[in-house]
Amino acid sequence: MSEFAFLNGNEAVAWGVRLSRPHVIAAYPITPQTKAVEKLSSFVQNGEMDCKYLHVESEHSAMACSIGSSSVGARTFTATSSQGLLYMSEGLPYASGARLPIVMMNANRSIATPWNIYGDQMDAMHVLNSGWVQLFVEDAQEALDMVIQSFKLAENHDILTPVMINVDGFVLTHTYEKVEIPGQELVDSFLPAIEKAPHLMNDQDPMSLCISAGNQHYMEFKIKQHRDMFKVFEQLESIDRDFEKSFGRSHGGAAAGYRNEDADVILVTTGSVTGTARVVVDSLREQGIKAGLVKLRLLRPFPSDDLFELIGKAGAVGILDKNISFGFEGTVYTNVNSSLLQKGYRGRTFNFIAGLGGRDITKENIEEMFSALLEQKGETVQYFNMGCAL
Amino acid sequence: MKDFKMSPRPLWKSLSDVPMGSSCSSFHICDTNAAWRVFRPVMDYSLCIGCHQCYLLCPDGAIHKEDAKVFRIDYDFCKGCGICANQCKPGAISMVKEDQV
Amino acid sequence: MIKKLNARNIDAKECFYGHKACGGCGESLALRLALKVLGEEAYLSLPAGCMAAVSFIYPNMAFKNNAVITPFASTAAVATGIAAGLEALGKEAPLSVGFAGDGGTADIGIQSLSGAIDRGEKFIYICTDNEAYMNTGIQKSGLTPFGAATTTTPAGKAIHGCVTEKKNMFEIAAAHGISYAATASIGYPEDFLNKVQKAKECDGPAYIHIYTPCPTGWGHGSEITVDLAKEVVDTGLWFLAEYENGEFRLNKKPENFKPVADHLKRQARFRHLSEIEITQIEEMRDRKWEKMLKNWG
Repeated sequence: MSEFAFLNGNEAVAWGVRLSRPHVIAAYPITPQTKAVEKLSSFVQNGEMDCKYLHVESEHSAMACSIGSSSVGARTFTATSSQGLLYMSEGLPYASGARLPIVMMNANRSIATPWNIYGDQMDAMHVLNSGWVQLFVEDAQEALDMVIQSFKLAENHDILTPVMINVDGFVLTHTYEKVEIPGQELVDSFLPAIEKAPHLMNDQDPMSLCISAGNQHYMEFKIKQHRDMFKVFEQLESIDRDFEKSFGRSHGGAAAGYRNEDADVILVTTGSVTGTARVVVDSLREQGIKAGLVKLRLLRPFPSDDLFELIGKAGAVGILDKNISFGFEGTVYTNVNSSLLQKGYRGRTFNFIAGLGGRDITKENIEEMFSALLEQKGETVQYFNMGCAL
Repeated sequence: MKDFKMSPRPLWKSLSDVPMGSSCSSFHICDTNAAWRVFRPVMDYSLCIGCHQCYLLCPDGAIHKEDAKVFRIDYDFCKGCGICANQCKPGAISMVKEDQV
Repeated sequence: MIKKLNARNIDAKECFYGHKACGGCGESLALRLALKVLGEEAYLSLPAGCMAAVSFIYPNMAFKNNAVITPFASTAAVATGIAAGLEALGKEAPLSVGFAGDGGTADIGIQSLSGAIDRGEKFIYICTDNEAYMNTGIQKSGLTPFGAATTTTPAGKAIHGCVTEKKNMFEIAAAHGISYAATASIGYPEDFLNKVQKAKECDGPAYIHIYTPCPTGWGHGSEITVDLAKEVVDTGLWFLAEYENGEFRLNKKPENFKPVADHLKRQARFRHLSEIEITQIEEMRDRKWEKMLKNWG
């Protein structure tokens, strides 16, 4: 039986993990992820989860322990944020290259220096090329549900790729919402026990993992990994359809549109800011302005086809980036812009950089973004809610 | 004692032949090490006292114990390092240049 | 009572074969001997380093066992992750073993090793010490001994090789209150076999530090690898000891040390040393032994 509870994003993730019955959790505390690992620890210490919880001495070891446990076929979860994600970053391509179905929560947070504990998405962008599926959620319910879906996705034998669930720091991790916690039996039937992939270590046919491949073999290993990643789109949609049948909720595939079909201007968002943008779109629509929204749920693999279909013929597209690639532009913008160009999109594209280090992104800021799009005015890259002149 | 059969070098026609992940079956051995050798250990069984030292101390495990008194050198994998001959107290193993064997 | 292992009664089957290590490699001998005791059921973790580089080059895989190359810093973390995963999957008495070199243990891997020992999980860690970063071309590590020339501590005109002494890695492992720790040398192979057996039998984490000469890095003939590993113990420059039930114990107390100079001069890395420097090395040895005999005797 499902039940409703007021949970913050961290607790929602912890519940998603508990219901997914991992064999091993290896994690190291870091703000703003701490409440998730504390909750998981208390589940384990209270006997509510049958799981090995490894108190590692660093994020580097959190990922290394996860690589170890996943490589023998154990369902494995870890969680981190910011500096921790960067510290474990050596292990990320390691895990994806070895095709280990680890699931991780990343509580999105800024990167030092200056030190700052609040939310932006710089951390995730640092590891965009790590070979992990990068998923962004909008609210606590989606966070809980996507933990369950992510294990199913990662462990699919056509996919076998680790998944990073990005949950905006503080805005999601520390904000309480009403969340439906599904019943264990329902989750068990949706997400059965992990089926060990044949390439992992096992007693019957011992395997050597994370091997070396010289220049005559390396490239084929990597291109296979790359091509397999595109299979995520179809699997994610199919998993979400099954999820809806079981739980009565759907979160969609790689990208989702909102009032986008006939829109003149579209804003592309990731994560929690989508909620605010949706409110602004509604109010602009009331004023007769054809504004629309596209929420990117996946940044890797990158949903070029879906994106072009959703953006269609809008005259201008703005991409909201809570990150910046110094000396260039926002990283989501680089990806969207390149993909739209490939598809032959003819409208203008803008990059709106906002919310660094937890700076508010207000409704007014988003209205300003839409007016920049409507008037097609200003520089391609624009900064919002700055406290001083450029 | 080695208990594997030599594997053929894999030929990939398409990406579906490439192993999943960076993985490979263990004890998947395609190539020998014989070409590394400059000197070859040659055993004189009449001098062997069965002390087991050559078998114990070979870094390549290339000296196989067939029974308590018979030790055979696997020349496919012996690199000719000379530890066996150096450790052999009765001098039953001599190192002979490959081109003089 | 566990049966004492020796050359005659160890498993004749090889679990480590066809590797591409240099001829006369001490590390590869240590691995091979350890696997005679650990058996093919053991799950092996090795960091990027010589032993990984020579054993996992596609399509040649030199281990019979399940084995994984770990990130350089992560031998102990991956090994304990494997142990936890196997245990959580319900495997009875899983055996997970990490093998790392001196740099992989005393430098980059020391943090994850400390964390893993601290967690108290059952796993075995074997440090194969050849006293420098050999895989990258003989650079100084935290276990390079005083006086040794490496490519980053060359025998220069102003500074004659490495100016620091080896970290006390065995004592560092023991200081965690580890279930079992030992030092060993491939010059005393049967002592090593039995220490691996003890590590296998003990309940918690176990650490073995084995001295493994490297002909390529040290500049000695490939045939004398084992000789040097015996001599180093007989000269007192290395020691055989154990830490068990919270107590240190010396396994071998030489009455007289063999001369240090003869031993050092067989290795190119020490050939530049002056008589004064060799005397300094003897003094360091004597100080170490004085302490060991006083505290562990």
